[in-house]
Amino acid sequence: MSASGGHGAGGSTPAAGPGLPVGPKPMPRRFHQARWDEPIVFELSVPGARGVLPPETEPAVADIVGDPAAALPPGIRRETPPALPELSQVHVLRHYDRLSQETLGVDLNIDVGQGTCTMKYSPKVNDQLVRSHRLADLHPLQDPSTIQGILEIMWRLERMLAEISGMDRVSLQTGAGSAAIWANVSMIRAYHAARGDGALRDEVITTIFSHPSNAACAKTAGYRVITLYPDADGYPDLGALRAAVSERTAALLITNPEDTGIFNPRIEEFVRVVHHVGGLASYDQANANGILGITRARDAGFDLCHFNLHKTFSTPHACGGPAAGACGVTDAIAPFLPRPTVETDGTRYWLDDDRPASIGKVRPWYGVAPNLVRAYAWIMSLGADGLRSVAETAVLNNNYLMAKVLEIRGASAPYAAGKRRIEQVRYSWDELARDTGVHTEEIGARVVDFGAHYWMSHHPYVVPEPMTLEPTESYSREDLDEHVAILRTVAAEAYADPDHVHGAPYASTVHRIDQETLDDPERWAVTWRAYRRKYPIAGGAATGPSAGSPAGG
Amino acid sequence: MSDGQARVHPYIPNSIPAVRAAMLEAVGAASVEDFYADVPASIRLGRRLDLPTPLRSEVELVRHVEGLLDRNRSTREMLSFLGAGCYPHHVPAVCDEVNGRGEFLTAYAGDPYEDHGRFQALFEYESMMAELLEMDVVNVPVYDGFQANATALRMAGRITGRLRALVPATISRDKRSKIVDYVAPDLRVDDVALDPATGLLDLEALRAALADDRAAPGSDVAAVLVENPTYLGAVETQGPEIVRLAHEAGAIAVVSVDPSTLGVLAPPAAWGADIACGDIQPLGMHQQFGGGHAGFIASHDDPRVVMEYPSRLFGIAPTAVEGEYGFGDVAYERTSFAVREEGKEWVGTAAALWGITAGVYLALMGPQGMRELGETMMARTRYAMTRLAAIPGVRVPFADQHHVKEFVVDLAGSGRTVAEVSAALVERGIFFGADVRHELPGLGAPALVCVTEIHTKADIDRLAVELEAVLR
Repeated sequence: MSASGGHGAGGSTPAAGPGLPVGPKPMPRRFHQARWDEPIVFELSVPGARGVLPPETEPAVADIVGDPAAALPPGIRRETPPALPELSQVHVLRHYDRLSQETLGVDLNIDVGQGTCTMKYSPKVNDQLVRSHRLADLHPLQDPSTIQGILEIMWRLERMLAEISGMDRVSLQTGAGSAAIWANVSMIRAYHAARGDGALRDEVITTIFSHPSNAACAKTAGYRVITLYPDADGYPDLGALRAAVSERTAALLITNPEDTGIFNPRIEEFVRVVHHVGGLASYDQANANGILGITRARDAGFDLCHFNLHKTFSTPHACGGPAAGACGVTDAIAPFLPRPTVETDGTRYWLDDDRPASIGKVRPWYGVAPNLVRAYAWIMSLGADGLRSVAETAVLNNNYLMAKVLEIRGASAPYAAGKRRIEQVRYSWDELARDTGVHTEEIGARVVDFGAHYWMSHHPYVVPEPMTLEPTESYSREDLDEHVAILRTVAAEAYADPDHVHGAPYASTVHRIDQETLDDPERWAVTWRAYRRKYPIAGGAATGPSAGSPAGG
Repeated sequence: MSDGQARVHPYIPNSIPAVRAAMLEAVGAASVEDFYADVPASIRLGRRLDLPTPLRSEVELVRHVEGLLDRNRSTREMLSFLGAGCYPHHVPAVCDEVNGRGEFLTAYAGDPYEDHGRFQALFEYESMMAELLEMDVVNVPVYDGFQANATALRMAGRITGRLRALVPATISRDKRSKIVDYVAPDLRVDDVALDPATGLLDLEALRAALADDRAAPGSDVAAVLVENPTYLGAVETQGPEIVRLAHEAGAIAVVSVDPSTLGVLAPPAAWGADIACGDIQPLGMHQQFGGGHAGFIASHDDPRVVMEYPSRLFGIAPTAVEGEYGFGDVAYERTSFAVREEGKEWVGTAAALWGITAGVYLALMGPQGMRELGETMMARTRYAMTRLAAIPGVRVPFADQHHVKEFVVDLAGSGRTVAEVSAALVERGIFFGADVRHELPGLGAPALVCVTEIHTKADIDRLAVELEAVLR
């Protein structure tokens, strides 16, 4: 359409004021997060309102048994109903729909800003599949003849993940990546104990660019933790590993590529060094998205590994779970796998709970079944070539993004200068921070104003002023360009008007939050109940914390 | 593509060959191989993964997966009395509606500025659980009730510096397995026997266990675990006395409770519990073959205890604008996210969406709903106990005790095993109770039967008729 008949300037230039045609969309986009100013659910309570009605006891039953609840002994019977809010059904729905709108999921944004998390598209068809009552309403103790379908899916998924990792057996029991790390550490502990040197092997080695749960799970399992730092090129330091290993080494827990996106080319040597002293090597494959079909845990000699199915294999992140972990092991470690395992004779499927060397249960039952079905469906929709395309595209996207980000004034990618990365990059705004006084956290708060996520990095910040981006295979070139435009805009603002960035966010649901309250036992409030106690309402307005120390204990 | 068969995939926008070529050119790469320069040839797979042929179209995928799921028979098609930790409750439609929202389903770890709604929903979950439990601190969910129990015991170990945890001998074999594996470096787990007459904890055995190693001044027991109701379904009416004995010995009372019972049962805090924990699957989650679990840990607002939580705790905070609620992590520095192995245990992605869902459930149920739920379950459970006890060969061993939604039947008098009877009932469209011979070795053929608000009188009558027929 031409504007020649319209108002204002002639030709095809859009009018300066409102009118048609509308001009091109600006980059980055004009965004505002939903802002419902929603009260806390307790503030919506109307005495007597009902949200859903449970069934009533049939009179014929009551005639026979009376009211057993009333017969509970004093002190055991609840005398005062719980002070839950009372809402009509539509008000519950409306409240939570509003809160959902104030939440920025992958479905809504170009989610390349949450590095290490592999924020890829979770196909809707897989969500539909798991709503079937033939999955949602299955009980784990049903007769095996009535659960053949889900057991077959679990078996097939195990075999596919075994092929993808090169491992012999895979347990699907754990609820997410950290639980999978825990299970692997527990198996390592059981393996050494079974060989009689569990007490001697009391050290676990990991790297600073591996997920913190590697260090934390090892410590929780009773190990002393040795952390390796990168060498000058950003690779895990092989010399430091050689110095660290001994007859006390139980295992190496390591990610590759690490959270820098740098692949450790000496990974076989790392494994050999640990094996040489009798330790095991466990591969945290949280960052597997860029190497599917390229290289496998087994190929580098690992004894154990784990995948996060909510990362690499597309199951939704669900605000932080339910997720799913998969622990892959060699035959030597398989006796220690969590029980039960799924077994088959090629026709029938069953659960084998008779595994005397097993570490036992990591969680109830057999795993987060709906996410196992989703992961299975996802792999089945892609196949070998599709997985390879996932990896190659994720890596292409990352290197494309890196090239663009490094054009932004103040941004850098420490380590391995001039080299390619795998699936993510840990950038640094150190130069920008020194130039402008704007820090990475403030850049993050400003990025929100353009409808995107931002994640700095796991602690500690070995890379100063960090930012970690992982673009996965789910984003288009245009998506990546938009994210770069956001970062470029914010960086330019930092140079031109740092105070503007300091004041962000402006277009979020809320404004700058006072974090100090959250670290002060006198002032923190983890629940509405605690909030009301510490900040009693006087004349309709909340006051400061009440005098005296918090009650309880 | 690597195999030369370029194919545009709907999940991979940049699989369009022309886009791919343009992007490679933009970064000066000859091929994607350039990006893998650091992956040595010695560890290259060097072949195509051996995976099943993919199902290219969505319709093929749906038919394939549904075909597999159709080999299951669900508790909607069968009449199920299976519980034992995974419960068949009604899931209100609004629960599924909210947790199916794409915003919640696909969000993750954003800051409160991107994800204010996620923070508020989880803060509200904590807050509604806090009212149910009458405690001021509740965590963002951990994986499941097993994990919550295990972590609660380790928290007690750290707080007291002591070395033993006492657990009832009647907790499930699986839960015990998890606890033993998890607390190993800090705590030895000792069982406290049940009173065979009641199925409840043997208080004399508890006294002895508390005194066991008391050579030095004071006990070495860090925590006493109480289950209410017990795994075997009975209300632990001795709870207040158990807590008193634990406190007398300087131990922490950890009470594992089924939150769906708290409309009729007093919250453990009312009888002195220091830490409450359990599983929220009954609060709005489908059974999902065991995929609907999430764990809670709760305590009073005592900084000594709060600083021992490994989990995230979302708290309320002011913002720069008057009248706004902001949210954030309380005492983040205690977590492994902040300080790696110097944090308390470890934290990671767990089961947040089920926390949000449980919040929706509690907001829907309200105080009246929770009370009515409990009353209905207790009445129908008692009715089922009465009906089954009247069947020849069936005994209800702990019938004198109070039960909310589960009870034990012993089939020993019929000469049949639980497995045999269950298999016969499957043929009649019924899933019978869970086999609990591991937890009750003293009985011949014990099964744990679960009755909730979804079971009508007619359902229970049908179970009684069919069970009698099978045993005849």
